[in-house]
Amino acid sequence: MDFNLSDEQQMLADSVRRWLGTDYPFEARRRFAATAAGFGQGNWERLAELGLLGLQVPAEYGGLGSDSTDTAIVMQELGRALAVEPFVSTAVVGASLLARAGTEAQKTRLLPGVVAGATRLALAALEPGGRYDLSHVSTRAQWQNGSYVIDGRKAVVLHGDTAHTLIVSARVSGGTTDPEGIALFLVDPLAAGVQVKGFPTLDGQRAAEVELRAVTVDVAAMLGSMDTALELLEWGVDRGLAALCAEAVGVMERLMEMTVEHLRTRKQFGQAIGQFQSLQHRAADMLIAIEQARSMALLAAAKVDDPDPIIRRRALSAAKVMIGRSGRYVGQQAVQLHGGMGMTDELPVGYYFKRLTCIDMTWGDVEHHLERYGDPT
Amino acid sequence: MDLRESQPEREFREQVRAFVESSLPGDIRDRVLGFAHLEREDYVRWQKILHAKGWGAPGWPREWGGTGWSATQRVVFEEECFRAGAPRQMPFGLSMVGPVLLKFGAPAQKTRFLPRIVTLEDWWCQGYSEPGAGSDLASLKTRARRESDHYVVSGQKTWTSFAHWADWIFCLVRTRAEGKPQQGISFLLIEMRSPGVRVKPIRTLDQGADVCEVFFDDVVVPVEHLVGEEHGGWTVAKYLLGHERTNIAGVGMCKRLLSRVKDHARREFKRGKPLIQDVRFRDRIVRLEIDLLSHEWSLMRLISLEQSGKPVGAEASILKIRGSEIQQELAALLMECAGPYALPFVPEALAAGYHGETAGGAHLNALAAQYLDLRKVSIYGGTNEVQKNIIAKSLLGL
Repeated sequence: MDFNLSDEQQMLADSVRRWLGTDYPFEARRRFAATAAGFGQGNWERLAELGLLGLQVPAEYGGLGSDSTDTAIVMQELGRALAVEPFVSTAVVGASLLARAGTEAQKTRLLPGVVAGATRLALAALEPGGRYDLSHVSTRAQWQNGSYVIDGRKAVVLHGDTAHTLIVSARVSGGTTDPEGIALFLVDPLAAGVQVKGFPTLDGQRAAEVELRAVTVDVAAMLGSMDTALELLEWGVDRGLAALCAEAVGVMERLMEMTVEHLRTRKQFGQAIGQFQSLQHRAADMLIAIEQARSMALLAAAKVDDPDPIIRRRALSAAKVMIGRSGRYVGQQAVQLHGGMGMTDELPVGYYFKRLTCIDMTWGDVEHHLERYGDPT
Repeated sequence: MDLRESQPEREFREQVRAFVESSLPGDIRDRVLGFAHLEREDYVRWQKILHAKGWGAPGWPREWGGTGWSATQRVVFEEECFRAGAPRQMPFGLSMVGPVLLKFGAPAQKTRFLPRIVTLEDWWCQGYSEPGAGSDLASLKTRARRESDHYVVSGQKTWTSFAHWADWIFCLVRTRAEGKPQQGISFLLIEMRSPGVRVKPIRTLDQGADVCEVFFDDVVVPVEHLVGEEHGGWTVAKYLLGHERTNIAGVGMCKRLLSRVKDHARREFKRGKPLIQDVRFRDRIVRLEIDLLSHEWSLMRLISLEQSGKPVGAEASILKIRGSEIQQELAALLMECAGPYALPFVPEALAAGYHGETAGGAHLNALAAQYLDLRKVSIYGGTNEVQKNIIAKSLLGL
C-alpha cells in the first residue's frame, strides 16, 4: 500500500487549492450561497475548465475516467473552501450512474454536457417517511400505452432545483419497501406533471421536494434494468458517500486550523487561551478525531471501486459512521472553543459546523450506517 | 497512491501465517488466547523458534541477525503472531535497548549484547520510572557516582516489568546533580546479578506480579557499560521514545481482543440466543470493529508516509492513545461477555498446570482480570494525558 500522493495527484490538489484560494474566500462563498441557484455559475464553469466535472466520466465521452482517489483529493479541497457547487450530485453520483448503467444513447446525450458544465444532474431517491432507506419507494411507474407514467413524491433531492435531469427511483412492481421492482428513470424537470420546489438547506446549499403527477416518459428514459436498480442505486450513493467523507475531512481540517489560530491569539487571564491544558487536550482530541476520519475517508476511496458489493457496502458504511462521529465532535468542539464568537453568523466556524452536520445527515447518519454495516465480521 | 494490498504484501502475509500457525506450540497458544499467565520459559521457547527461522529480530538490520523487513512487513508479522496466539516478543531487548545499542553503542557493546538479545539468552528490563519520577521522568534521583573505572549506583526504580526474570536492566541514572535535570542523566547497563541489586515484585489489580521495584544499594557498574556520552542519557532516552512506532499502536493486541470478544459472544447466551445476536451488544462490537479498522489504516498510513521520508513525530502519540483506548474498551466488552461470572475469580487458575475448580468455565475466569490488567496501557509508555500534551505542543504549536 502506498498512501503518498503521486506527482499528478499533488498537482491536482495544488491546482484546485490555488483556484479556491483566489476565487473562494469565505465572503465570496456567502454571495454564491445567497444567489437563487445557490452557487456560483462562474465556479461551475471553472470546474468544467479544470476538467473536474469529468473525473468520473470515461474518456470516450470527454471525461478523465480517473479513479476514486482523485475524486477524494478534489472533494477534500472543496471541503476546505466549503464550496456550495452541486459537484457531488452531478459529477459524482449522477455521472457515475450514467456511465455505469446508461445506454449508448443516454451517455452520448448527457455525459459530454456534464463534462462541459452544461448539464447538471440530481438523484431523486428518498421519499417522505422513508428516511434514508433507498428501497422505500412508493412512487409508482406504470406501463401504459407504450410509456411509463410516474406518480409520487421524492424528498430532499439535493440540488434538485438546478438540475437539468433528475434520476428518479420509481416502483414498477411490489410493495413500498420491497427491494425488488424498483427502476430508475431520467426525468426532465420541465416535463408536464413535474413540480420542483427548491429550499435552502441548513448549511447554505439547496434541496428540492419533487412532485410527480402522471409524468409520462418513454422506455428510453429507463436507466439500467428494472431488476437491478436497487443495487445500482446503492452503488451510486456509495460513490456519493465516499466523496462526502473526503469532503468532511477537508471541512474538519480547515475548522481545526481556525480553532488552533483562535487558541493561539485569543487572550484571557493575561495569556493565550491555548496555554490552558484543558483546551490543549480538547484540541488534541479534535485532531485525533480528524485523523481517524482521514483514514476512513481513504478507506472509502479505496473500497468504493471494489467489485464485491458486500466489501464495498461495509467499508462505506464504516467510513460514514466514523465521519459522522468525528464530524459531530470536531464541529461541536470548534464552536465551543471559539466561545461566544463561535455562535455568531459572522464567523465561518458555524458554517463549517453546519456542513459537517449536514454531511452526517446525508444518505444515512451514524445509526443508519451502523445498521447497514451488518454483523461483525 | 495505491490503497490495495500488493501481491508481495499478500504473499508475505500468507507465508508468515503458515509458519506461525505450524510452529507455535499448542500449549502456549491455548494459554495466550485464554489470557492465562505465561512462564519465562514460554517466551524463550517461542523466541528461539523465531530465531531459528531467522525472524528473531524483525526490526533489526540483517548484519545483527535482523530480517531487513520493511515497516509494513513488520506490522504484518506482528499482527499474524498476535492473531495466532503467540506470546508477544518482549520489547525491552528487541525494541528498546537493542535499537539504542545499534545507534549509540560502542562496537564492543554491540558484539557482546546484541546477539544474546536475539536469542533471548539475556532477558532485559527497563529502569526508567522511579517512585518520584513517572510522567516527569527527568526528575529521577537514582545516583551513579563515578569512581575511577566504575560507577557506584544507589537508588530505586519502580514499575519495572519482568525485572524478576531479567538478566540485565538498562537504567537512566543521575550522574550530575547541578544544571538542568535533563543534562545530568546517563544511560547505564547493569547486570541484575550484581551485588546490591534487589527485586521486589508488585502485586497488581489482576493479582499478577509482572512489575517490580528494583533497589540499587551501592551497585558497582563498570564504565564500559555506559551507553553514549556521560550526562548524555536524555538524548538516548528521547531517541528510544521516538523509536518503534508499530508496537505502540497495539493493533495486533486489539485484533486479538476483538476476535476473543466475538468468540465469547457466540458462546454466551442471552434469553436463549447467542449474545452476539443481541442488537445492543452487536452494536457495541460493531462500533469497536470500526474504530479498529480506522486505527489500523492510520497505522498503515503513517508507516507509508514515514517510509517515503516524510517527517513523522507526534502522530505516534495519536496511535498510542487510540490503541490503548480501543484495547481497554474491548477488554471491558470481553469482561461483560461473562455476565455474572465476571464476579467469581480464582487467580491461581491463570497459572500453568492449575487443576482446581473455577465457578464458571476457566475461559470466563480470566476475563475480568484481563480487563483490570489492561487499564495499564493508558498509563505506561507516557500516560495518554502526556501524549495529549505532546500532540498539542508539536502538532498544534500550542
